[in-house]
Amino acid sequence: MATQEVLQERIPLPLAAESLSDERIAYLERLVSQARTAAAVFTQFTQEDVDRIVKPMVLAGLAQAQYLARLAFEETRLGVMEDKVLKNMCATEFVYNYIKDKRTVGVIREFPERNLVEVADPIGVIFSLTPITNPTSTVLFKCIMAIKTRNAVIFSPHPNAWHCCSEAVKIMYESALKQGAPEGVFSCLESHTLQDNAYLMHHKDVGLIDATGGPGAVKAAYSSGKPALGVGPGNTPVYLEKTADLSTAVVDIILSKTFDNGTICASEQTVVIDDEIYDRVLKKLAELRTHICNQQETEMLARTVIDPKTGFMQPMAVGQTATDIARLAGLVVKPDTKLLIAPIQGVGREHPLSVEKLFPVLAVYRAKSVEEALRVCVDVNHAGGLGHTAVIFSRNEEVIRKFAEVMNAGRIIVNSPGSIGALGAVYNDLVPTFSFGCGTGGGNSTTDNVNIYHYLNIKRLARRTQAHMWFRVPNQIYFNLNAVENVRQFPSHSTIIVTNPSMEQFGHVDLVRRNIPEGTHVHVTVIPDAEPEVKVVMQGVAELNFYKADQIIALGGGSVIDAAKIMKLKYESPDADLEELSAPFLDLRKRVIQYPTEKINRARLIAISTTSGTGSEVTPFAVLTDKERGRKVTLADYSLTPDVAIVDPQFVMSMPKGLTADTGIDCLTHALEAAVSNYASAYTDSNAMQAIRLAFKYLPIAYEHPRDEEARSMMHNAACIAAMAFANASVGVNHALAHAFGARFGVAHGRANALMLPHVIAYNAAVPTKFLPSPYQKGYVAHKKYATIADLLGLGGHTIEEKVTHLIAAIEQLLDQLNFPRSIADLGISKEEFERAMPDLTTLAFDDPSWRSNPRMPLLSELADLFWKAYQGRGLAKNVAEPNLVEEGGA
Amino acid sequence: MAMIAVWLKVDEERVVQALQEAEAKLDSVEGEVALDFSSVRRIDASALRALEGFAGMADDKGVKVVLRGVNVGVYKVLKLVKLTSRFSFVS
Repeated sequence: MATQEVLQERIPLPLAAESLSDERIAYLERLVSQARTAAAVFTQFTQEDVDRIVKPMVLAGLAQAQYLARLAFEETRLGVMEDKVLKNMCATEFVYNYIKDKRTVGVIREFPERNLVEVADPIGVIFSLTPITNPTSTVLFKCIMAIKTRNAVIFSPHPNAWHCCSEAVKIMYESALKQGAPEGVFSCLESHTLQDNAYLMHHKDVGLIDATGGPGAVKAAYSSGKPALGVGPGNTPVYLEKTADLSTAVVDIILSKTFDNGTICASEQTVVIDDEIYDRVLKKLAELRTHICNQQETEMLARTVIDPKTGFMQPMAVGQTATDIARLAGLVVKPDTKLLIAPIQGVGREHPLSVEKLFPVLAVYRAKSVEEALRVCVDVNHAGGLGHTAVIFSRNEEVIRKFAEVMNAGRIIVNSPGSIGALGAVYNDLVPTFSFGCGTGGGNSTTDNVNIYHYLNIKRLARRTQAHMWFRVPNQIYFNLNAVENVRQFPSHSTIIVTNPSMEQFGHVDLVRRNIPEGTHVHVTVIPDAEPEVKVVMQGVAELNFYKADQIIALGGGSVIDAAKIMKLKYESPDADLEELSAPFLDLRKRVIQYPTEKINRARLIAISTTSGTGSEVTPFAVLTDKERGRKVTLADYSLTPDVAIVDPQFVMSMPKGLTADTGIDCLTHALEAAVSNYASAYTDSNAMQAIRLAFKYLPIAYEHPRDEEARSMMHNAACIAAMAFANASVGVNHALAHAFGARFGVAHGRANALMLPHVIAYNAAVPTKFLPSPYQKGYVAHKKYATIADLLGLGGHTIEEKVTHLIAAIEQLLDQLNFPRSIADLGISKEEFERAMPDLTTLAFDDPSWRSNPRMPLLSELADLFWKAYQGRGLAKNVAEPNLVEEGGA
Repeated sequence: MAMIAVWLKVDEERVVQALQEAEAKLDSVEGEVALDFSSVRRIDASALRALEGFAGMADDKGVKVVLRGVNVGVYKVLKLVKLTSRFSFVS
C-alpha cells in the first residue's frame, strides 16, 4: 500500500488531461460509459440478486488465491508468495464473512425507537487505484465490496502490478457475469499513464475515487474535487511496555513485521521498549533468528535502505528479504535471518531508520520511563504515520488508555500483531479491509477500515416523531374559602413567612400564623411590594440560613411568590448562578443550562396568592430585578414550582378595583394565549377554556362588586387554573408586546396586556406570514381555537371567521366594562414619542421569549404594526382569517 | 396533433428484438411511435444500447418516440444513463 508513496512522492502531480490524444480520450470515455450503464442497470437489483452474485465471486477468488499470489509475486518481486496467498484469502473469505448477512440494498437498518430508517443507494461509478504492495488482494476486496453495494468499478492498478491485477479483475468479472451481474461492471485500464488517471478522476460520471496508494495518488484524488477515499502512508510505533507478555509480544512483532516481507503499511516500524525489559526483549528476538545490528551495522543499513536526500526508504528495498537487504548493506548475517533489528537513539532525519520501512528492518529504542516511551512513540507517529496505526503491548490498562489518547491513529492495536491486526477480523473485531483510512492526520476523509458502507450513499428516512409533552403543577393545590387552614397539616421546625408590608396591615400574616402548627418557630421576612431585587432575595436567603428554615410560606402577589421561589433556589443550592440560569432557550428539554439537582438544604415552599392574576403559586417562572446590572432576570424551571399552592379568596376580598381589573385581564390573557400556543395540549386546553369561561363570567362582577364572595372566589380559581395552562403551554406574542411596552412606558402588566389583546387575536387568527415550526401541532389551528372559545362563551356566529370576530368584540366590550383605556394614545403618549420608541419596542418584544410558543411567528414589521394598532385603539381589530385557512388544518 | 402511427408492445425478454422490429418500421412512420414498456420490469445494458440506437434513428427521421408504462425502476435507469430526454413518457 505504501510503496507508491515512495515512488510517487517524487513524481509530479498528474498532468493536465489535455495532453491525451483523441483516441485515448475515446477509449476512456468508452470505459466510463460502459461502467455508467452497468451501474444504472445495477440499481434494479435486489439484495437477493446481489448476494447470489457475491458468494460465487468469493469462492472464485479463494480458488485462485494461490494463482493470483504467484502472479503478483512474479510480477512485482515484492514480499512473500505464501503470505500473498493468505492475503488473497483474507480479502475474500474474511471480507465475505463480514458482509454476507449485511443489508446493502434498499432498507438496510431501522431504528424504530427513533422513527428513523436507513436506505442504501449505490454510488454509481467508482474509479479505483490499487497498490503494488497488495495488488491482487486489494482488487479482490474491492470487487466484492462493489458487487455487494451495486457499484461499477474502473480499476487503475499500479503500473508494476498491472498484469496480476487485471487477471484478478478478470476472474472477479467473469464470476460476477456468470451470476447475472451487469455487463461492464468491472474494467481495468490498459497500460495507463497519470494523464489517464487525471482524466478519470475529473470525469463527471465518476462518483467516487477510491485511492489505495501513496500521498501522490491520494492528493491527486482529493484535489480532483470528487468525493474520494484516500488512504495514506504509515509509520507504526510500537510500545513494548514492561508489564507485557514478552513471549507473545516478540513473536507477534516478528510475524507481523516479516509478513509479506513487511509490505503492509500497518506493520511495525519502531519498537519502543522499556529499559527494564530491553535486554530480555533483544535476547528473545535474537533467539528467534533475527539479527541485532551493532552501531556500525545500523549505520551501514541506514545508508543502504534510506535515501539520504529525501529521508524516505529506498524503493529497491521494499518487500525484499532480510538476508537480501543485509547483503545489499554489506552485513554478514546468518542465512536463516528473518528480521534485522536496528537500535536507534532518536527519531527524525538524524536517525534515518525511524521512518517507514516496508521491508524486514525494525528499529528499536530503549526508553527510560513510560513518559519517554510515549514521547518517542508520538515522535514516530508524527514522522510520517499520522492517522494510520499504532501498537502497544501491555497489561497496564492505564498505560494502554494513555497511549490511545496520545496516538493519532485510526487503529490502535493492543497485544497483537500490527499488520494483521489492522487488517481486521483475525486478531480483533475490526472490520476486515485492505484500505486503511488515516483521518485528517493522513489527509484522508475517514479513520475507518474502509468497508462496504463507504461504497454506499445512505439515505435517512426520518418520520415525524410524536413529541413528548407534559403537564406539571404543584402536587397539592387547596382552594376556596379558608383553604389557608390546610397549612396546619405541614409540620415544620422553622418557618419563614415571606411577605410585604400591606399583608401585615391587612392582618393576612396573622391569619397565616394562626394556621401554622404549634411549636413551629416562625419568622416573618418583609420585602418591598415591588419586583424583587437581587439584594432583597439574598437578604432573605441569609435569614433562611440563620433560622435553618425547613418551610417557606410566600404570602403575597406575584412579586412576593417569585422572590420566595428564588430564595428557596439559592438556599437549597447556594452555588446556583442566577445570571447563568436565566440563559435563553428555545426548548425547555434541550436547554443548555441545567438547574441544580444537588440540594444542600431542603425547604417546603407554600405559596398563598393574594391577587387573582399571575398565578405564580403554580408556575415554574420567577422574575427579579438586578439593579446593579440594570436588567431583569427571568428564571424558568419546573424545580421553581411551589410544593403547595393555597388559593383562598379571603386574601383577595380587599383588592382595589384597578388591581382587580389589571390582574383579571392578565389571567384572561394567560388563558387565551395558552389556548392557541404551539405547546397547547388537551391537558392545558381544559384549563385554559375553563379559566376563560370563569373570567368572562366573574371578572365584571368582581370588578363591580368587590365583596361578592363567589365572584372573588371564582376569579381567584380562574387565575390559578389559567396559570396551570400557561405553566405548561406558555404564553404568546401578547405578552412579548406587553412586556416591552410596560417596561418602556411604566404601564402595569395587566393594562399593557389589555391594550394589545384584541389586535393579537385578530393577528393570530389570520393567515401567518411565517409559520412557527412546532412538532406539537398538526396544521394551523389558532383561528379554530378562537372559534371554539367563542362557542364556549355562547357568542354566536356561523363561520369560524364570524366567531373570531364575535370573540374580539366580546373582549373589547369586557375591557370597556372594566374601564381600561381604549388605546395607547389615551394614556397620554404622543404619537411622536411613540414613534421614537418604536425601534426599541420592537427589538425588546422580539427578544422576549414569550412569543416562542405563539402559533404565528412575528416579524419585526408585524410587531410594529401591532404596536401601532394598539396605539390607535380598540374597534380597529379585524379578523382577517381567510376562507382557505378556515377550511384547512386539523383541530 | 401528431398521429400514433406505430404501437408496439415490448416484452422484457425481447426488448432488443422488439426495438429492431420497431426500427424496421420507422421508415413508414409519420409522427410518433409508441412503445409499450408496461411488462418490462428490468432493463439490461444491451436493451439500453438498443434504445439509444433507436432514439438516434428516430431522431434522424423526425419521429417522436413515446414510451408507455415505464416503471420507476426502469425510468431511473434511463435517467442515470441520460436517456430520458430522448423520449416522451406516458402512463
